[in-house]
Amino acid sequence: MKEFLEGSHAIAEIVKSCQPGVISAYPITPQTHIVEDLAQMVSSGELKSQFVNVESEHSAASVVLGGSATGVRVYTATSSQGLFYMQEVVFNIAGMRLPVVMTCANRAISAPINIWNDQQDSISLRDAGWFQIYAEDNQEAVDFHLIAYRLAEDKRVLLPVMVCMDGFILTHGMETVDMPEQDKVNKFLPSYKPLYKLDTADPMSMGLLADPDYYMETRFAIQETMRESIGYLSEISKEFNNVFGRDYKDLLVEEYQVKDAEKVIVAMGSVCGTIKEVVDEQRAKGKKVGLLRIISYRPFPYARIYEALKDVPKVAVLDKSVSLGAYAPIAVEIKSTFFGKKKGPKVISSFVGGLGGRDITLETIHEVFRRLTVKEVNFDFVDLKPELLKEEYGE
Amino acid sequence: MENSPLFKCGHTACAGCGQAVAARLVIEASGANTIIANSTGCLEVFSTKYPETAWGVPWIHSLFENSAAVASGIEAALIYLGKKDTTNVIAQGGDGSTGDIGLQAISGMLERGHDILYVCYDNEAYMNTGVQRSGLTPFDTNTTTSPAGGLSSGNLRPKKPVPEICAAHGIPYVATASAGFPQDLTRKVKKAISIKGPKYIQVHVPCPLGWRHESNQMLPVAKMAVETGLYPLFEYEFGVLSARKQIAPKPVEEYLKMQGRFKHLLNNPTEIKKVQDVADNNIKKYNLKLEAQAPGV
Repeated sequence: MKEFLEGSHAIAEIVKSCQPGVISAYPITPQTHIVEDLAQMVSSGELKSQFVNVESEHSAASVVLGGSATGVRVYTATSSQGLFYMQEVVFNIAGMRLPVVMTCANRAISAPINIWNDQQDSISLRDAGWFQIYAEDNQEAVDFHLIAYRLAEDKRVLLPVMVCMDGFILTHGMETVDMPEQDKVNKFLPSYKPLYKLDTADPMSMGLLADPDYYMETRFAIQETMRESIGYLSEISKEFNNVFGRDYKDLLVEEYQVKDAEKVIVAMGSVCGTIKEVVDEQRAKGKKVGLLRIISYRPFPYARIYEALKDVPKVAVLDKSVSLGAYAPIAVEIKSTFFGKKKGPKVISSFVGGLGGRDITLETIHEVFRRLTVKEVNFDFVDLKPELLKEEYGE
Repeated sequence: MENSPLFKCGHTACAGCGQAVAARLVIEASGANTIIANSTGCLEVFSTKYPETAWGVPWIHSLFENSAAVASGIEAALIYLGKKDTTNVIAQGGDGSTGDIGLQAISGMLERGHDILYVCYDNEAYMNTGVQRSGLTPFDTNTTTSPAGGLSSGNLRPKKPVPEICAAHGIPYVATASAGFPQDLTRKVKKAISIKGPKYIQVHVPCPLGWRHESNQMLPVAKMAVETGLYPLFEYEFGVLSARKQIAPKPVEEYLKMQGRFKHLLNNPTEIKKVQDVADNNIKKYNLKLEAQAPGV
């Protein structure tokens, strides 16, 4: 049913449809509206769930870890510093193969403190063993939560999933969203039946010490599951399309006017809506430009991206995060996709923009296309303010 | 001792480990219908080295500081599943994971009112990492990070009063216990699990390696800590002191001389007097002296 909803409310509604038995969260802007709405649903009896108000994100993640280990579907949401504060639990959840689902309302990292959107928070946790899927709009954000539970709880997978949605832009944006009906949700997402759980009827120990004779295979196993999951994402998205009448190709990437394009921007998240507008405008003028939108950042779909971009002469990667002291995170992945390959772009330029919520405007995108020439840009910021960059030292 | 089906022999604890004895008493008192969330530390390491486990109950280890929060999630899940009334939940860890790095998570667990028993095995330093001082290391203790030297008599501060911090939350039950008094520990665990809500028990557990005493001296050392007044055994109910074990106080020197960690104090009457003051304050505060007219334990 189509409804005009705030992004956060839409997420709360879809989480309610997934019926997690334990919800735990600690408030942080811009995640708050999601968990406020869930608290209200639990309070009114609309959602039968244990809502655990904790004293920190570290405990929020630990509570859902404990709930999941006891065999119950769980949910948490956070952002920015909150995600960092729960970082060691985040890694722990993946290592213990617990199918936790989390919303990350993407936000900049302190210092300086800044509550606005970029993607430095989740990108910094890319090595944690979680799936990271990035929504472009609130329809996707809603759908991805359903897919997240289905994927996480798949017995071939058993890994946590982080659904990333740009803070404020999506969480606080009002959009028309086709909300999945409960009967269809039940069809697509059966109730959770854990393979392993803490149960006095069948005692088991979890979280054991693995010495050098055993540790490395646990990491190998997650890496293998991630690799195989590229296929599961395609498979699950087709099933999702059948039940809900959507048109997701594979949930790895979206190709927008890429086929015959001479210049393509690679990006992730809500900024892709802006890029599509510029692509449409340029195409109308006969310019062969396109967009490759990354949906699944972990696992990173190298083969799929290779196929999509191998005949594109010039590619610009627009990161909304930065790896200080190194090349930009997505740019590095795109370059490594093509390293040593016969085919591929002659130029892969890297731009970083939109940090700390600075608007990426239509003009920003035009500028990226303009700067995408035969001269490769290894790394540069866009939309910097030169007047703020004058160095002043004391006497 | 016979093998226990809930905490099996064959684990790799040091000989004379007070924590191993106490942990076994705790789970035997709580019984098979118990789920344990265990912090990182000696107990976790020596009982669950993959592919083996000593535990005959469902048991989970996540991290150093979050067992109270993991247990909160377990408890919430059990309520959701309708199994809470038939299942005890225990969170447990050492003094470092309890009183230092995990204190916030424990406070959260107590404040939220979860039906969980938290057990702190207090061996008074970070033993698993090599005897570094914790917030629960006693005054004047020689540890690897509070070494006695020309300018120092060891740990500069008295023990952090974690039982009182827990009691200040107004929770139904707080108790201290000792590996030296097994029946008392068993009774307190049974009492705790019979009460709905958050409970805290802190058990004094000698560590022969860190305290530097012979393995066969675990029980006498534990008993002497109680008998000198340095480790008072008491119970708080809803924030009010309700019982304590009364003693005929022995001089603290009797306790200090049993352990290498206090060896540097033995020819230093000034410092011994300071430790005696700690015991005397406990004796006064908890009214521990046998002749006092009050209900004993």
